[in-house]
Amino acid sequence: MPMDDSRYWPQGTTRCKPIPFLIWMVFCLLLGGWAVHSATLCLWKGLNQTAMNDFFAFGVWIVVDLAIIALGAGAFFTGFMTYVLRRDELKNIINAAVIIGFICYSGAILMLGIDIGQPIRGWFGFWHANVHSMLTEVMFCITTYLIVLIIEFVPLVLENRQINKVPDLAFFAHHLHRIMIVFAATGTFLSFFHQGSLGGMFGVLYARPFAYRTGVAIWPWTFFLFILSAIASGPSFTTLMVMATEKASGRKLTTHKVKMMMGKVSGYLLTFYLILKGADTLYWANVTLPKMGVSFWDMYQSSYGIYLVWLELGLFGAVPAFLLLHRRVRESYGLMALAMILNCLGAVTNRFVFTIQPLAIPVMPFEKWQFYWPTIPEWGISFGVIAYGLIIFSLAYRYLPVFPQEVELNK
Amino acid sequence: MLPIVFEWHWDIGHFVFMGLFYTALGVVSLGIAVALVRTFKDLCAGKDPHEMHHH
Repeated sequence: MPMDDSRYWPQGTTRCKPIPFLIWMVFCLLLGGWAVHSATLCLWKGLNQTAMNDFFAFGVWIVVDLAIIALGAGAFFTGFMTYVLRRDELKNIINAAVIIGFICYSGAILMLGIDIGQPIRGWFGFWHANVHSMLTEVMFCITTYLIVLIIEFVPLVLENRQINKVPDLAFFAHHLHRIMIVFAATGTFLSFFHQGSLGGMFGVLYARPFAYRTGVAIWPWTFFLFILSAIASGPSFTTLMVMATEKASGRKLTTHKVKMMMGKVSGYLLTFYLILKGADTLYWANVTLPKMGVSFWDMYQSSYGIYLVWLELGLFGAVPAFLLLHRRVRESYGLMALAMILNCLGAVTNRFVFTIQPLAIPVMPFEKWQFYWPTIPEWGISFGVIAYGLIIFSLAYRYLPVFPQEVELNK
Repeated sequence: MLPIVFEWHWDIGHFVFMGLFYTALGVVSLGIAVALVRTFKDLCAGKDPHEMHHH
């Protein structure tokens, strides 16, 4: 039968017919086409195609970058728990975590290629490194960690039913698996530092009172808070993607126990994060800001009002933390999904607030509050990253043995 | 960045930063090399890849 791709599906599984899958791929490719058109405009005509200006050196691309890197932290943290802490039950979700991590990091780097304006000079940062810059550390760690993620992804690709018939590739996949702890540990080290340095980058901005924080040694408190918020939201995002795939495919992919464990990890980490974030916010509002000659209320005006604090720390912070800490909530598929969505929205709001708000606040007495809204090409590239993720994850689910429990759970 | 680049300084900042970066790259490269060497040895020994289990 023409177009029959069932011999490539994982052993013992079924997938949807090729036609609906192709229609889905065409939809994703159209979204990707919008991104290619937008990228061409930005590379050909320049960054004047964006809403970035002398006030907003960072825009929606950096918000999306930071958000997907935080949400992609499920890869390194699940890898750390699986291979280093030896939580064997997480082996049932680690493949999905790795694929999502790969999508998030490669997507972020693709997007940065447009954001830097001249990607042909992207290598300058490596060769002429400013070792005192948080961004240099971020750049080094993100690219090296992407290499680690590719190495973690390769054995899964090689396990495709047809590819695995080639002895050389089957042996290579097997031996990569056997030393996966080395890559997982290296990935944890790299991720830990770049998640932190992304926060550190904001915390050292002493001319921007909204972002500036005190800290310990060379690290502002935002360094540690960014790591914590990433490892609190990452496992939730991974689990949500698995749940979404279950709903889309109509198949059970992992046991609920595995998802509950991810929810529990997220809940405890989010609670710990919120306690520290609360302490940090109080100290910043009562000590740091007055020392800089401004007040807490000066920081929340115009379109960027105090509602952002309630959203970030309340609805997207305290509420999901409270929900995820309760076993009964975690036992409910829908409630746990809702709590995880709120948790992920909290990480996205945090990255949005740190990226955009410090630049919107006037720093000179004669300046006014600024407002930033992305242009269509900026949205195009942002949605392109989502399309890219959907394509990779859909192909991986269709052709690779991503979920070890799938066959057993769908008998 | 290597010591041959004109911005290089023999100070603690460059040493720690670049040292950690090259260590991470070295560990990753060594890991791949080990997997490749073991693959080669298994192929030479004529083993059957599907008799191995990693899960």
